[in-house]
Amino acid sequence: MATRRRVAREFTAPPLTRADVESLSERYNEPDWLREMRLSAWDLYESLPMPTTQDEPWRRTDYRHIDWDSAGSLLAPNGGKFEDVPAENRQPLLGQEQGGLLAFVDDQPVHHEVHASLAQQGVIFTDLRTAAREHPELVQKHLMTHAVKAEDGKFAALNAALWTHGVFLYVPRGKAVELPVHSIFYTTRPGATLGHLLVVVDEGAQIDYLHENLSLSFDDHASFVGVTELIVGRDANLRFVNLQDWGRSMFEFSHQRARVDANGQLDWVTGQMGGKLIKAFMEIDLDGAGSWGRMSGLYFPDRQQFMDLDTQQNHNAPHTTSDLLFKGVLKDQARSVWQGMIKALPGAQKTDGFQANRNMLLGRKARADSIPGLEIQADDVRCTHAAAVGQIEEEMLYYLMSRGIPRHEAEKLVVDGFFVPVLDRIPFENVRDRMMAYVERKLLGEL
Amino acid sequence: MGAALEIRNLHVSVEDQPILRGVDLIVKQGEVHALMGPNGSGKSTLANTLMGHPAYEITAGQIIFDGVDVIELEPDERSRMGLFMAFQYPVAIPGVTVANFLRNAINARRKEENPEDKGIPIPAFRKLMIEKMDMLQMDHSFGGRYLNDGFSGGEKKRAEILQMAVLEPKIAIMDETDSGLDIDALRIVSEGVNRLSGPELGVLVITHYQRILNYIKPQFVHIMLDGRIVESGGPDLALHLEEQGYDWLREKQNGNGER
Repeated sequence: MATRRRVAREFTAPPLTRADVESLSERYNEPDWLREMRLSAWDLYESLPMPTTQDEPWRRTDYRHIDWDSAGSLLAPNGGKFEDVPAENRQPLLGQEQGGLLAFVDDQPVHHEVHASLAQQGVIFTDLRTAAREHPELVQKHLMTHAVKAEDGKFAALNAALWTHGVFLYVPRGKAVELPVHSIFYTTRPGATLGHLLVVVDEGAQIDYLHENLSLSFDDHASFVGVTELIVGRDANLRFVNLQDWGRSMFEFSHQRARVDANGQLDWVTGQMGGKLIKAFMEIDLDGAGSWGRMSGLYFPDRQQFMDLDTQQNHNAPHTTSDLLFKGVLKDQARSVWQGMIKALPGAQKTDGFQANRNMLLGRKARADSIPGLEIQADDVRCTHAAAVGQIEEEMLYYLMSRGIPRHEAEKLVVDGFFVPVLDRIPFENVRDRMMAYVERKLLGEL
Repeated sequence: MGAALEIRNLHVSVEDQPILRGVDLIVKQGEVHALMGPNGSGKSTLANTLMGHPAYEITAGQIIFDGVDVIELEPDERSRMGLFMAFQYPVAIPGVTVANFLRNAINARRKEENPEDKGIPIPAFRKLMIEKMDMLQMDHSFGGRYLNDGFSGGEKKRAEILQMAVLEPKIAIMDETDSGLDIDALRIVSEGVNRLSGPELGVLVITHYQRILNYIKPQFVHIMLDGRIVESGGPDLALHLEEQGYDWLREKQNGNGER
């Protein structure tokens, strides 16, 4: 009997080195504390193994097909311009006005505007590198110290060591910002970018923030190693929308975590459309009594796309409320994983946690895994979950078609309607419209 | 000359089980027909087969609508030709408003006539909706609700009639529209159908009970048993059925069979 040889591919690391960290920090003439922070994160990174499908949170995510030769090399600046960013994404969020817009092409800031009213309120909305120079005490206090930490995982450590660009948003105590702010990461070339969002909404303050991850389509692999940190103070209120429409050769590995203090409120919506492989950890910590956190997600992979969204709702204090709704539509051979966990610490009495994940499959080859979980250590809590995966209902399509609506338009109506509960949570109308347009192009196979 | 729906020797199976076993029926624009029969006689199978439900397999026969054999046509194509079915169990479509749905349905028709059509202008659509909702004595907020989602039985049936009013079909099949309705709802729905009736509309009312025929007056009544139309006549036939039940027809059938 002939033996078949199997090429055992390894879970390899990108070809990055300590020298990359040093030269990056040097190129931008970063302060010592930041360079040291990067180097110690690098040491940690090197001491950690690459995650494999033997590790529980990565069990369903096999990224061994990534071509690190292309996806793992840092980009050299090449003069990207704001005008390179698609016009529809550059539009103001509400009519003609917005509180600020910060855009990056590859890892370079290309546009920065802040409305006078925000400047007057003392809001800081700038790129993270500038912030580290101009507001070192604030950045140092919050950067990877209590939301995402370098030790949270291999990719968290890599971002801590080598973040190439980032956004810093700070809203001072008691300031309610009326105009929303908007940032964009737009990648135009294969290679590695490592983006960081650090948002601090101080006691009693409030703001709405939209961040978009976009890229051009190209054949060679690219990677985005991201960290998002959302820090919501006492009585503060943050509405955060994060949309992703990467090109088809992008691998994203990201850690995103929010911490909400007493009576604070976080309303977080994520929309996942593009990419080749997405692995995102998204976590809310309700740290203060009476805090509230809502996570809403929609995702729509098609063809060979793979998305693994790992959510966690941590009830660390009494009288906290969390509410999660993730809805996915999958087409062609696409695959998704949603794995959600609600945790309640022993002292987290009178907490209310909810999670629901619903998936609609358009075709027999698509597959969605939905894995809810509860870990409750308090005895006076209400925690519930719901999960569902099913084909699009033929009876719905038949009903709509019986009124003259062609099949593909009937599918669009059903899919739009399915996403409506999540779309309704996006506070910007033109962003909702854009999401609907993404959905339509996906259904038509035009993307 | 008006359009007609002509059913010729129609045989239909569901999961290889024969349900319809040779149905012949002609419904013309301007006519009102009633099709009666006990549960399981094949009435709803006929309605759904006419509309093009994919689960029903036609093993023999023809369905000619407006001169065209529609057997190979999709439900949406049949609809755009002017065929309509009011569902016995209208399907809920969460997240899709009645207005959005109807605008899509209208635009699909316009697009068929003119591929360059940009869709019905919003003011014209709004006017049309209000006119039709007023005609059916419906609250204007109805258009903003999600289609059939959380509707009461009566609301669902009224929404079906609203769709019929907006789409202006040539032939409408009412599949057990009376089922699950109390007497008030039945009256409102029937009045709606009557308002839409006229020389431009042919109606086939499928029903289990005679009671809806007190409101919608058919010129022709047909009785279905075991997948065939076994008796056709005028309005008297429905009254006769009300008094006698279906047994006399069964006996008559068996008698025929023994001979």
